[in-house]
Amino acid sequence: MPMYPYRFSRLLIPLLCLLACSAAKAQEFAVYDSLPQLTSRFHEAGEATLVVNFWATWCKPCVEELPCFEQLREQYADKNVQVLLVSLDFKSQLEKKFIPFLKAQRLKSEVVLFADQDANTWIPSIYEEWDGAIPVTLIVKGRQRAFNLGKFENYSDLEAFVVPYVSDGKAVSFKNLINCNSGK
Amino acid sequence: MKSLVYAAFVLSGIILLASAPAPSGYIVGDKADDFSLKNSVDGKMVSLSDYQGVKGYIIVFTCNHCPYAQLYEQRIIDLHNKYNALGFPVIAINPNSPAIVEEDSYEEMQKRAKQKRYPFAYLFDEEQAVYPKFGATRTPHVFVLDSSRVVRYIGAIDDNPELPEIAKNHWVVSAVDALLRGDKPATEFTRAIGCTVKKKP
Repeated sequence: MPMYPYRFSRLLIPLLCLLACSAAKAQEFAVYDSLPQLTSRFHEAGEATLVVNFWATWCKPCVEELPCFEQLREQYADKNVQVLLVSLDFKSQLEKKFIPFLKAQRLKSEVVLFADQDANTWIPSIYEEWDGAIPVTLIVKGRQRAFNLGKFENYSDLEAFVVPYVSDGKAVSFKNLINCNSGK
Repeated sequence: MKSLVYAAFVLSGIILLASAPAPSGYIVGDKADDFSLKNSVDGKMVSLSDYQGVKGYIIVFTCNHCPYAQLYEQRIIDLHNKYNALGFPVIAINPNSPAIVEEDSYEEMQKRAKQKRYPFAYLFDEEQAVYPKFGATRTPHVFVLDSSRVVRYIGAIDDNPELPEIAKNHWVVSAVDALLRGDKPATEFTRAIGCTVKKKP
């Protein structure tokens, strides 16, 4: 069973391996070219609480915030919480920027490169009030949606945002284990 | 409607941490104020009124550092090369504070303009007083003005930052073509997609 079975581009896997397998192994990631791929990933979450963070390697506050999502994934894994890091990086900079970044960061959360270029269509369909600025975080829980514009200052803020959508509604820590400024 | 949505968020206990700034700046139909900003291409001050006999202006808030601005750079040059002769020059304005991004300093603008041989003015909004008037929030963020400085289109250049060859909607081109025909642009507003404007602390 592959770790991330969702629509992995068949061409991309050998390509990734060529680039990455020789050296330190980079995080696997899927490439979604269009919105339906992303929304079907939302549906695949089923009963789980899916925490979707939109980010990019070139977005400094986004990168700073990533460790908070890593922490969340670890602490809430047994509470049926999934973290999905949706990067808006450019496909044309996959080899130069994106893969080296993943290699260096060693992220454990699921990563998707979302390459739908028609942002004027897909952004409002994710959330009408969103102007497209990142970072933003979306919670998908069944048919419920919650949206946070901008960056979380610290871990407990992220936790407070997520906990109402966790099955038992209980926080694991509610402590500022890390601030969300610690990314490299 | 907007406040309703926000109220719903607050009521359901969701913290809206970062600002979704209330839309400010020009909307389509507003008349833009003139400005005077320093041109990194030749060091001279530039105002809209310096452009005599034009049919309008393609004002592009853009910068050096932003990957979206870089992806659109050649398209911005192409816009000027096509439309300047038709009376619609491009005027590029860097709204970013170099205190936040060093790469967007005046000196770096000079370098970039020289290196890429910008055929248009590349102005520096050093006081950060012009971009808020327009309501520019992104780089790149385009405002097409007619000859009376009335805003006729606001938004993105086209719908494909990464792959211009397969873009389906070329909003700025369509808007300028419409204005040249004496028509109203079919699309007057789109979301500008790019990096946020970097405001001085």
